[in-house]
Amino acid sequence: MSPDLLKLIFGRLGLDSLPLHEPILVGTFVMVALGGGALFAGVTYFRLWGYLWREWFTTVDHKRIGIMYMILGIVMLLRGFADALMMRAQQALAFGGSEGFLPAHHYDQVFTAHGVIMIFFVAMPLVTGLMNYVVPLQIGARDVSFPFLNNFSFWMTVGGAVLVMASLFIGEFARTGWLAYPPLSNIGYSPDVGVDYYIWALQIAGVGTTLSGINLICTIVKLRCPGMTMMKMPVFTWTALCTNILIVASFPVLTVVLALLSLDRYVGTNFFTNDFGGSPMMYVNLIWIWGHPEVYILVLPAFGIFSEVTSTFSGKRLFGYTSMVYATVVITILSYLVWLHHFFTMGSGASVNSFFGITTMIISIPTGAKMFNWLFTMYRGRIRFELPMLWTIAFMLTFVLGGMTGVLLAVPPADFVLHNSLFLIAHFHNVIIGGVVFGAFAGINYWFPKAFGFKLDPFWGKLSFWFWVTGFYMAFMPLYVLGLMGVTRRLRVFDDPSLQIWFVIAAIGAGLVFLGILSMLMQFAVSFLKREQLKDVTGDPWDARTLEWATSSPPPDYNFAFTPVVHDNDAWWDMKKRGYQRPLIGFKPIHMPSSTGTGVILAGLATAMGFGLIWYIWWLAAASFIAMLVVGIGHTFNYHRDFDIPADDVIRTEDARTKLLAGAK
Amino acid sequence: MTVAVNPSQTGEPVFYVADEHPHPEGYSTSLGFWIYLMSDCLIFAMLFAAFGVLGANYAAGPAPKDLFDLNLVAVNTSMLLLSSITYGFAMLTMQQNKIAQTQMWLAITGLFGIAFISIELTEFAHMIHEGATPQRSAFLSSFFTLVGTHGLHVSCGLIWLVTLMVQVWRFGLIEANRRRLMCLSMFWHFLDVVWIGVFTFVYLLGVLR
Amino acid sequence: MSRLKILALLPLAVALSGCNYVVLAPAGDIAAQQRDLVIISTVLMLLIVVPVMALTVLFAWRYRQSNTSARYEPDWDHSTKLELVIWSAPLLIIVCLGALTWMGTHLLDPYRNIGRIHAERAVDQSKAPLDVDVVALDWKWLFIYPDYGIATVNELAAPVDRPINFHITASSVMNSFYIPALAGQIYAMPGMETSLHAVINHAGAYKGFSANYSGAGFSGMHFTFHGLDDKGFDAWIAQAKSAGGSLGRAEYLQLEKPSENEPVRRWGTVDADLYRLILNMCVETGKMCQSEMMAIDAKGGLGHEGLNNTLPLAYDKYARRGTVLGPEPTFVAGTCTPDAPQGVVTTAAIKAPLDTAPLIGAGLKRPTFTPLKSSSFLLGQRPKSDS
Repeated sequence: MSPDLLKLIFGRLGLDSLPLHEPILVGTFVMVALGGGALFAGVTYFRLWGYLWREWFTTVDHKRIGIMYMILGIVMLLRGFADALMMRAQQALAFGGSEGFLPAHHYDQVFTAHGVIMIFFVAMPLVTGLMNYVVPLQIGARDVSFPFLNNFSFWMTVGGAVLVMASLFIGEFARTGWLAYPPLSNIGYSPDVGVDYYIWALQIAGVGTTLSGINLICTIVKLRCPGMTMMKMPVFTWTALCTNILIVASFPVLTVVLALLSLDRYVGTNFFTNDFGGSPMMYVNLIWIWGHPEVYILVLPAFGIFSEVTSTFSGKRLFGYTSMVYATVVITILSYLVWLHHFFTMGSGASVNSFFGITTMIISIPTGAKMFNWLFTMYRGRIRFELPMLWTIAFMLTFVLGGMTGVLLAVPPADFVLHNSLFLIAHFHNVIIGGVVFGAFAGINYWFPKAFGFKLDPFWGKLSFWFWVTGFYMAFMPLYVLGLMGVTRRLRVFDDPSLQIWFVIAAIGAGLVFLGILSMLMQFAVSFLKREQLKDVTGDPWDARTLEWATSSPPPDYNFAFTPVVHDNDAWWDMKKRGYQRPLIGFKPIHMPSSTGTGVILAGLATAMGFGLIWYIWWLAAASFIAMLVVGIGHTFNYHRDFDIPADDVIRTEDARTKLLAGAK
Repeated sequence: MTVAVNPSQTGEPVFYVADEHPHPEGYSTSLGFWIYLMSDCLIFAMLFAAFGVLGANYAAGPAPKDLFDLNLVAVNTSMLLLSSITYGFAMLTMQQNKIAQTQMWLAITGLFGIAFISIELTEFAHMIHEGATPQRSAFLSSFFTLVGTHGLHVSCGLIWLVTLMVQVWRFGLIEANRRRLMCLSMFWHFLDVVWIGVFTFVYLLGVLR
Repeated sequence: MSRLKILALLPLAVALSGCNYVVLAPAGDIAAQQRDLVIISTVLMLLIVVPVMALTVLFAWRYRQSNTSARYEPDWDHSTKLELVIWSAPLLIIVCLGALTWMGTHLLDPYRNIGRIHAERAVDQSKAPLDVDVVALDWKWLFIYPDYGIATVNELAAPVDRPINFHITASSVMNSFYIPALAGQIYAMPGMETSLHAVINHAGAYKGFSANYSGAGFSGMHFTFHGLDDKGFDAWIAQAKSAGGSLGRAEYLQLEKPSENEPVRRWGTVDADLYRLILNMCVETGKMCQSEMMAIDAKGGLGHEGLNNTLPLAYDKYARRGTVLGPEPTFVAGTCTPDAPQGVVTTAAIKAPLDTAPLIGAGLKRPTFTPLKSSSFLLGQRPKSDS
């Protein structure tokens, strides 16, 4: 075939795009192919494809979508953490003339991929998954406002993740750092597919995230059960509301920035170029206008989880509910007024820098108030040290340290000496691991019995907890030290041998965290095997306080046979206290949304379009785009998207639960 | 739905709704669509900001006063404003359940929309032909992107409009279609508002600069 | 030194033994003041962080489930007094820290001329500071000494106790110019100039590097900064002079090409206009300088004629490279002969008048300047205002 024809069909994709000469990647590919092949064969052998398609992929049930988000987050955590291990190993080895084991071409992709994956495809899915699962239950709703959109959002996130994973074996990922500052990320300095993978992965996942944000805001605003006024919403729902407002008010900014960068890269416009009047500094501003709220998007739901957990396991009402809510709202607003603190060193004037420094510090006031609220929730409580509570206490001790170094970095002159150093790296891992990751793990251990009907095994859970916590401190405290020695981030080789010991300690810490992750996977496996022993039939294994514990575990498709009526912040606690009797008669048919495969198809087409654009395979991009339009419009011709669960089915489900509850007594 | 939130007359607290009716279809749609519009508004806000930052960086090339033909833009603006009015008529006739008239007004709206897009494309083609391409300067990059994004939105609105006309034709002015027409109405007026911003800040102030 | 300061430094003194905590023990006055701010802010925050951590552990232990003797009040969830405390305690700390930040940010603004050599000595205004032009290249640092007419790559030197004015730019991508021992960092960006004012107080060899990732050769993009006594500095200049060679536009274009782990290089003479051309991105002949372009743009552009003044790009730092869907890359041609640029040299000529008075609130009367006694301007004696 002629080269022109090949180019027409495959764009710039060729055999040399496959990293056949890189042993690490070939090895990884073999492992992934074997694992994936085994999984595929297993699913085929057990004839699960139909089941998966009907019950999971096409589902519009917020609970199943939430679980799929969590699975996505944990799978991507493995990938992102593999990158972290490689970085730690490289930095621990590359001393005294040694180049380590990663060439720049590879190392630079590894740290970029690590950042992108951990934020977009680990932290975001974990947080979104928990919100998706818990929020409708907490507000006594049957599903989210737009169930189809929810399914579509999830698959768009998957589409982005697929593109990032594809970059591992087809071509390469960006070598620009996780925010891809131009001019480095512009076509002149990054002509390869890496930045294009970055752009389209984030763009596709970002659409999903924005839509799921809109969806959850509507759900919380419109679908609360009777009696649940705004100030009676559980704190997790409040933080979810604020987070989704942040999502809707910040992800469009990311969309625009990436779109402008793609225009620069594809058609040669001059937004972020050096010449022709472009301004790379504008990119830095715009991306942080998205990027700073993003941090709060991740951490606010974690704050909500800690609030629920502290109150439940202290057996006590949450201290200062009102100030907790106001603190959340204040953080939401202030998070838009601080973006410049990410680049004090870019030469803004002293007044601008101090303005943004002080606004940043002000955020620590509501955050501090929250910390005290948790503290006084524990005060005069009866604290049960179950796994979620352990993670919460670890969070409280860890997060204040991270918060402190954060405020320190908000002092511009201090930032001048610590910016971009390993001190900064230690700081944000301190808040993201100590806040978001610990929060997600607290949430997983807390709500797992609700989702699956059995608790997680405490032995492996505690093992995982201790590995994680000690591993975290060992991995990141040395980075604070190195930062104070003036060591900057993203370095691949070092010449000062006295630094090596700190990197070795950090690498050992990363190894401990790895054991923590393995223990967590083990915890899931062991819990599944011991599910009969760990079983919870009451639906309320923790003697908890909010509505999600009022229904069975796992909840029926329709969540609540009758929509609950709420009188108190701690609705379920109130119901228990006042002798609520579960209704046994009078069930009616329940109106529910039907499953649809449109979300999967649309997201698949979007991913194909992204792939076509990355590799300049124009026919693929155009065909998928047109197909998306056709499928999307076709979907609007379907006016029958709901069905009724017959009363008989409801009666059967509820009777089964009645028997189960009777057996438990 | 009647709900006793406070303890009922017997003094027992009510903990669930016994005679429940599902939320009507599309219960959250208008709120959801509003939020979507606000997120879209943010997209335009960013593009306006980019134009604000880069709008005077001509790279020793042409400035707005050299390129913009205000008469043409004024005609174009009137096309879009008129289309908003005709969409308003479509909504009024929809309220009166007059399918044929609704369809007619929708069609007129579509024609105005097509006229708007055609004039805009003519303007773009003229500028590019002259050499004032989006690549020539940061000002032109941000101009083409801002105005082009608006044009893209109008084009999507046109596709949507045609789809809705087909749906109204096939299924009538059923509740779902009324809701959809309402959403498109908000979208269309929103684009009108954005265009007023474009006309003022990009064209009028640009020529004055 | 006040007692508080010594207390604050105590734990650090322990940590300092053995390793080189350059950020905490710098050799330049600016970095030392920045270090002071780091320490003071940390101590201020520890005032609240330590109690919180202690209370967390205490409450977790005391109110554990097995301790049935502890009080249990499941419905206690509000106390106005406590709420007042938990909001006002962080508020007070942030008020203090905010005041510190405002002062510190203005006093340590890298654009601001420094007012003192170190805690005990004010700048002698009669002596000129040392000017150094800094260019971040792929992946090496170019230093031009306009007053001495020399240039070096990956080696920088300055006399002890003489103020240094850095003018910083970059050739292609963003970098950050950082010598931890001397002063905090500032970005180096193409087509833009940032500045840094600093002084080195102790002789020695210090590390300098880029603190912002800039591509494949980033790890090797470091240099040595020598703090020298006057005699040593003169000798260093003489050494560079004697290295011979001349750095002109052609040599720069060679030098600018990407290279990694560059050894130290020196040029005895340097094109006096080179830095201005680099800053304005018009070292290549025929290309319009940014300053000229901005002047034209400020007057409203070149109109339709401006559509014809672009030429196909023949030179690019990596290769001739355009976008897949866009036209061939071009550049804006200069409107005058490249050897005699129309724009008057503006960037280097203007020197801001020195103003070393400590900053106060707008509209307030300025205090008279008295050198600060302590090495820390914040915990030391405050200058007495004459109002």
